[in-house]
Amino acid sequence: MTEPVFAMATLKTDPNIAGPDDFYEELIGLHRELTDAQSALVNAKLILLLANHIGDPDVLHAAMAAARADIVG
Amino acid sequence: MKTHTNPTYEYRRAPELDGSTRHCQVVIVGAGPVGLVAAIDLAQRGIPVLVLDDDDTVSEGSRAICYSKRTLEILDRLGCGEPIARKGVSWNVGKVYQGSELAYQFDVLPESGHHRPAFVNLQQYYFEECLVQRALELPTLSIRWRHEVSGVVPDADCVTLRVATRDGDYALTCDWLLVCDGARSPVRHMLGLDFEGQAFRDRFLIADIHMTSDFPAERRFWFDPPFHPNQSVLLHRQPDDVWRVDFQLGWDADPELEKQPERILPRLRAMLGPDAKFEIEWASVYTFQCRRMQKFRHGRLLFAGDSAHLVSPFGARGANSGVQDADNLVWKLDLVLRGRAPEGLLDTYDSERVAAADENIASSTRATDFITPKSAVSRTFRDAVLSLARRHPFARKLVNSGRLSVPKVLSQSPLNTPDSAPFDGAMVPGAAAADAPVRGPRGDWLLEHLGGGFDLLVFGDVVDSARAGELARRPIACRVVQVGGAQRDDRMVVDDHAGLVAARYDGKPGTCYLFRPDQHVCARWRAFTVTAVHAAIARATGQ
Repeated sequence: MTEPVFAMATLKTDPNIAGPDDFYEELIGLHRELTDAQSALVNAKLILLLANHIGDPDVLHAAMAAARADIVG
Repeated sequence: MKTHTNPTYEYRRAPELDGSTRHCQVVIVGAGPVGLVAAIDLAQRGIPVLVLDDDDTVSEGSRAICYSKRTLEILDRLGCGEPIARKGVSWNVGKVYQGSELAYQFDVLPESGHHRPAFVNLQQYYFEECLVQRALELPTLSIRWRHEVSGVVPDADCVTLRVATRDGDYALTCDWLLVCDGARSPVRHMLGLDFEGQAFRDRFLIADIHMTSDFPAERRFWFDPPFHPNQSVLLHRQPDDVWRVDFQLGWDADPELEKQPERILPRLRAMLGPDAKFEIEWASVYTFQCRRMQKFRHGRLLFAGDSAHLVSPFGARGANSGVQDADNLVWKLDLVLRGRAPEGLLDTYDSERVAAADENIASSTRATDFITPKSAVSRTFRDAVLSLARRHPFARKLVNSGRLSVPKVLSQSPLNTPDSAPFDGAMVPGAAAADAPVRGPRGDWLLEHLGGGFDLLVFGDVVDSARAGELARRPIACRVVQVGGAQRDDRMVVDDHAGLVAARYDGKPGTCYLFRPDQHVCARWRAFTVTAVHAAIARATGQ
């Protein structure tokens, strides 16, 4: 497996969320009573909203690489 | 109801069948939009040109219907922009719906001060008829209808053609062969040349219907409309109360069955309502491909238009890019034929238009991935974008129902002279000239004063008569077109009354732009020096 190249200067991977347990609970709760298809749509919308908020293509690129790392070499 | 009847152009027996022999400078295979544009441009330059076509009429069916602003500007230079713009339906606005709701709308030409609209819709048969009519006015241009090229032998110093007619076969030779014989290109097949790319697993029904309606002239695109669930639909208005409806059918649809009126009518009724009165004029089921030849120049053979590259129809990048191919090629071929530029200049036709084809294929492939998602997750993201687009402006930028054709900026071209001073705006070396309103000797638009040969656009009275005369008398002549300032000698002076030439070109007193004969910028400076202009023209002509 080749090591993915992270732009560490731009993508924050150190803890950055105040109240991580609250965030995680809210994220799971977001999908309560949704079908798998609805959940997938909510996730996609969430990714798009957050991606637009971030905007910086280097950060987005690094986040995509980090998300795919360890899954496909 | 038929709103149009195809003309039949007269077949004539070839004199070569009765013993005469002929060598041509240029032969063009195919009297479609691209072949005719190239032929007219060459003939306007005084080059004798022979066009061979295996048919004797224009396009059967409306086929390519969206002609871009750039195409109209090119046709203006060839003397047929006005009839096509007048007959066509102008539009600038596109609307995208998800379900029955408007997701967003866009303006393809959001600024005013341009002669031509973003697009006109016109049936391909009218487009071709206008070009044929113009071609017939040119004494050095002849078209042979029902003369089918059946063999091509390319040699280092000439090309030999075998031509089949109802009266028998004959041979011709030529210096250069322009291959404009369409997507299935018989010439490309005869020579066994590559055409790499991908076919998309989807089918579309296009139907032209005759209907009187007060729908506005705009492009409408539906994702998943209630009248055609889970698929897309595209609607365009054409002249003569003809409407183009394009239904996505999916890969499993039976193309023969779907062409039948009894299958088409219920689809149209669902869309237009039970009371709409309409008649079907023409219908076809198509699939599409994105492909290109690896090289558009093969020695003395030059491929242009669909014979060289194919895209999906979403974006109107087929015929429009083919017209730009011809526009790019002809001035170069003209200089080579006159011995004023080396043959290597033709390799820049290849590199510039291959870059344009790649841009069009990338754009078309992206649109196709949005319109026809290839996986469940791709479909989910597509639906997420459409759902967000209703409320959030950012998502509208992600909706892709086809990015509409704009001229390729030839920014990597070796013919460009790099900037030596800073400039603002879009008119970088390689860009096609932006139009602007002016008052000048040739009309009310800047582009009427540019093109055909090299032009030096100068802001203010900064080129004296001796220098202007020197530029005009060189073997590759360059005309001075002056923006504002005092009239000297007989040069063209245009009045930038709206200030838009200065705004669009970041023009300041002394600023100069050098345009190629196809109206693309190839160099610009903040001050005029005659040696810099000579050097830039030499560079732009491959010397």
